[in-house]
Amino acid sequence: MKFIVCVKLTPDTEQLAEVQPQDVGSDDLGVTMVLNPWDEFAVEEALQLQERFDGTGVAVTVGGAEATEALKRAVAMGIAEAVLLSDPAFAGSDAWGIAHALAQAIKQLGGATLILTGKQSVDGASGLVAPGLAARLGVPFVSQVAKVLDVTAERVTVLRALDEGMQTVRVKTPAVLSVSKEINEPRYANYVGIRKASRMSYPATKAAQLPGLDLKQVGAGATLTEWADLRKPPVRAGKCEFIQGATVAEQARTLAEKLVAEKVI
Amino acid sequence: MSILVYIAQSQGQARPVSWEILGQARAMADKLGAPLVAFVAGQGVGEIAREAIACGADKALVADGAAFAQFRAYAYAEAFEAAIAAAQPAIILAPAVAGARDAAALAAAQLHIGLAVDCQGLDLDGAGNLLAERPIFAGNIVTTVVFKARPQMATVRSRSFPLPARDRARTGEIIPLAVTLSDLALGEEVLGFEVAEVGELGVENAGIVVAAGRGVKGPMGFAPIRELADLLGGAVGASRAAVDAGWIPYPHQIGQTGKTVRPDLYIACGISGAIQHLAGMTNAKVIVAINKDKDAPVFGVARYGIVGDLFAVVPALTEAFKARLGR
Repeated sequence: MKFIVCVKLTPDTEQLAEVQPQDVGSDDLGVTMVLNPWDEFAVEEALQLQERFDGTGVAVTVGGAEATEALKRAVAMGIAEAVLLSDPAFAGSDAWGIAHALAQAIKQLGGATLILTGKQSVDGASGLVAPGLAARLGVPFVSQVAKVLDVTAERVTVLRALDEGMQTVRVKTPAVLSVSKEINEPRYANYVGIRKASRMSYPATKAAQLPGLDLKQVGAGATLTEWADLRKPPVRAGKCEFIQGATVAEQARTLAEKLVAEKVI
Repeated sequence: MSILVYIAQSQGQARPVSWEILGQARAMADKLGAPLVAFVAGQGVGEIAREAIACGADKALVADGAAFAQFRAYAYAEAFEAAIAAAQPAIILAPAVAGARDAAALAAAQLHIGLAVDCQGLDLDGAGNLLAERPIFAGNIVTTVVFKARPQMATVRSRSFPLPARDRARTGEIIPLAVTLSDLALGEEVLGFEVAEVGELGVENAGIVVAAGRGVKGPMGFAPIRELADLLGGAVGASRAAVDAGWIPYPHQIGQTGKTVRPDLYIACGISGAIQHLAGMTNAKVIVAINKDKDAPVFGVARYGIVGDLFAVVPALTEAFKARLGR
């Protein structure tokens, strides 16, 4: 069995607040870039599946040369193979464009039993690449996967977390699964893994090397939406009013009174 | 040309966010002079279709039947695609909740429609194009998404708009949708369903959220939190620390890796206010922080604060509200 995991290089969550609106969309956000934290769950699941069902894991990403860092992290965690899709033609793609490029790469890799992704990226946060990929490959899509119960050559059975409860869902393989953070606890990369990742080469696969790729479907020119008026959210105005009182009960009464006056209760 | 709104339901109950969106869509439809069409898929959802009319829809398209008894991604997406084909909308709106998110995304991908997700504001430009405001970079940046083609689709977060008034006297056509599902859609089998114990109200729908973090020290520590939430008719939230410790299930988690909420009142108890948690709750109207550490960052976003032990303050607050509200 083959488990392909699609990953992205994103800002470190600790530094998201430092990203400036004018830098969004540029090559350099001026912050540390790491493997998208949501993708770590997908990488971990691919590793666990490869152990449970005797398969291989392949990590795929789309981006500039710097995106190699996301692949390196996946390899350091234990993923065997890595594919970097890198071409100026892909720059500025939206989720549908990225999904198109990934779909062509997956076809060229000979397909997979399962294609795993994180829930979303911490930057663009659309969560649309996974459903876009499933639609373009014409295969089932299950989101919010909290557990993979079983995988056979024909079918995969998973738990899907809905807001109101947990569904047990069975679909045909190949399938695209986007995983929830409930699914596992991502492992840390060990020294051997980090060394292996740093020694591996990550040649770029160009658009021309993907036979099914339609250049009209990728790149900035193909996008259907645009991020306009990028800005920081309004800062919460005013200072915190600390409620004083001789006793806790008195403080509580004062606070209750103020909240009733605010008409929020 | 019309505006089409996806009405999300689970177990035959409409998700309230659907009506919030419908209310905003009504105002937009009036501005455009366009009909407002509601879409609902499920089994036995005729009453929801009538409610959609009462909430402002001119017409409701209904995909009703055993095939839609449980949420299935492609089945719901294909029904939505049939609704899009029937309504020929310029603007398509759907709730940003589990299920509806997938159906909207798959339908948009299949039909190659531009989609802005998780929006918290909707407007129209002078030419009648959708302007969709959404947070990116975990709420650290806000953008107004503009569209280059029609139709224009957005998913919208809970509590972004007020609930519209219901008018039972409103009339509108309810039209059954004939949907021929593909093998791909039919191949998805739902083998079981286990209801989550999140209570009647998920945190994203609650007007009041009482949330707790590491400060509750264990699962039992949520008892006074729950008591206050119940008294106020609110929901219980939690920080990642409390969820990761296994004290409360993940659906209660608020923050960057959990849910984003925008209640009228958010009471943070024993939550220090890590930036990842703040990302999920700073859109609350009024924030109250209760923490032992007067320097905790949560006080930086709070309107009111009490420095003290939550195990003393929260029960006292519950008593104070009982007395004040006569509950």
